[in-house]
Amino acid sequence: MTKDEIKQIVLDIIADIAPDEDLSNVKPDIRLRDQLELDSMDFLDIVMELRKQHGIEVPEEDYPELASLDSCAQYLHPKFEALSA
Amino acid sequence: MENLERIVITGVGLTSPNGNTIGEFRENLLNGHANIQEIDVRYMGKQPAGVCDFEATRYQKRKELRNGTRAGSIGIYCAHEALANSGYDFEKCDRSRVGVYLGITEHGNVETENEIFNISKFAYDTKFWTHHHNPRTVANNPAGEVTMNLGITGPHYTVGAACAAGNAGIIQGAQMLMLGEVDMALVGGVSESIHTFGIFAGFKNQGALAAHTDPNCASRPFDAARNGIVVSEGGCIYTLERLTDAERRGANIIGEIVGYCINSDAKDAVLPDPERQAQCMQKALLKARLNPEDIHIVSTHATATPAGDIQEIKAVRAVFGKSSSTHVNNTKSFIGHAMGAAGALELAGNLFSFQDHYVHPTINVDKLDPECELPNLVLNQPKQVDRIDTILNSSFGMLGINSALIIKRHS
Repeated sequence: MTKDEIKQIVLDIIADIAPDEDLSNVKPDIRLRDQLELDSMDFLDIVMELRKQHGIEVPEEDYPELASLDSCAQYLHPKFEALSA
Repeated sequence: MENLERIVITGVGLTSPNGNTIGEFRENLLNGHANIQEIDVRYMGKQPAGVCDFEATRYQKRKELRNGTRAGSIGIYCAHEALANSGYDFEKCDRSRVGVYLGITEHGNVETENEIFNISKFAYDTKFWTHHHNPRTVANNPAGEVTMNLGITGPHYTVGAACAAGNAGIIQGAQMLMLGEVDMALVGGVSESIHTFGIFAGFKNQGALAAHTDPNCASRPFDAARNGIVVSEGGCIYTLERLTDAERRGANIIGEIVGYCINSDAKDAVLPDPERQAQCMQKALLKARLNPEDIHIVSTHATATPAGDIQEIKAVRAVFGKSSSTHVNNTKSFIGHAMGAAGALELAGNLFSFQDHYVHPTINVDKLDPECELPNLVLNQPKQVDRIDTILNSSFGMLGINSALIIKRHS
C-alpha cells in the first residue's frame, strides 16, 4: 500500500465522521485540526475506524502521529505493510 | 394556584407520525388520518410503529446527527419549531435564564442495543465499543443536546416519568418559572423508543404489543378488539413563560396552566389503579379551583391494552361520569404511543380546539368495548361543540405514576 493510498483511507474515514467538512483541499502537511473542525472525539473515531476497518491499532501515546495526512501516512505505512506481509 | 405566578404556553413545536407542525397534526386528527407503518425491528421482524419524518438537517449539522441521538435530534427540531412559533426574541434574550425540561420514558436503550450489536460482529471485544456511548446514554442527553445546539446556558435535565413524562416535563418547567429559577422554559417530552427492540419485545411478552393486518388500525383504544400498544417515536416542546412576561411582550398566549397533579399508585408495576388515577384528576381540579363540569375535554392516556383502558375509563367515569359538558377522546388511535412524548403531543393535538371548537375523535372503534362505555366519548368522527375553554390531559405510566394537567383558554 502506498502512502497516497493511506492518506485516502484516512480522508475516507474523516468524510464519514465529519460529513459537513469540505475535504477537497485538505493540505497534507498542515495539521488536520488547523484546517477542519475536528475535536478529540473525532480523532478517537479515526482510531476506532482504523481498528474496525483495517485491524490497525494506534496506542494512545501515538495519537500525535495522526496530526496531519503526511504524518498519518508516515506513521501508518509500516503498520499497513506489516498487515500485508 | 393562589400566590403563585401564573404560567402560560406561548409556543409549540412538534413532530408526530402524522404531522411535523401543530397545524398539520391538528388537521390530520380532525380528518381521521392515522399514520402507522410496519418497520423492521431487530430480532423481531415487522411490527407496527409510528415513525416521524421531520427534516433533521434543518437545524442540525450532519456531524451532530451522527454523534448524537435520535431523541436529541427530535428535541432539537421541536425546540426550534417552538421558539419560532412563540415569537420569543431568542437572539436577544439572556440564555442563562432559559431552562430545558424534557420528559423521557426511557433513554439509552437504543444506543446500548446498537453497541452490543456492533461488538457482536467483533466477538464481543469491548475495544470496539464506541467512545460516544456515555454522552449518548446519560439520562440528560436529549435536553443537553438541545442546550448545545441552541447555546442555552440555563439549567437542563430530563424528567424520567415513564409514560407520564410529557406532562411531567411541562409541570417541572412551570414550577421552575413559578420559583423564578428561569424566565422561559422549553418543556415537553421526546421519544426514540421505536429504535429499541427491547421495548417491543418487553410489551410483546407482557401481552401488550399491538398486532393488526392494517398498521393504521393497530392502535385502537376502547375498541373491543384492541390487543395492545403501537410504539411510536415523536416529540413535543412548548415555550412556557410567566403570564406577566408574556403579556409584556405581547405574546400569543395559547393557554394557561391552571392545575396539575402527579401522584403514585404505590401498588403494581404495570396494572394501573383507577382509584389513584381518579384522585390525580381530582387533585388537579382542586388546584385549578374547577369542578368536573368545567372541563370540556378529557384527553385520555389509554394505550389500547385490554386491561389499562378499562382501568382508566373507571377513573374517568368516577370523576366525570355525571358531567354532560365533558367530552372524552384519545390521540393514540392516530399516532400510537409516543412514550415520553405522548402526554405533550396529546395535549398539542387538543389545544387548537380552543379556536376551532371541535373535539377530535378516537378512531378505530368498530365496536366499543362495553366496559369502556362513557357518556360523551367522541368516537370516529370529530364533534363540534359550542365552546371549549379547558382541557384535562392525562398521562399515566409504569410503576404507578399518574399525571393530570389542566390547560385553560386565555381570555
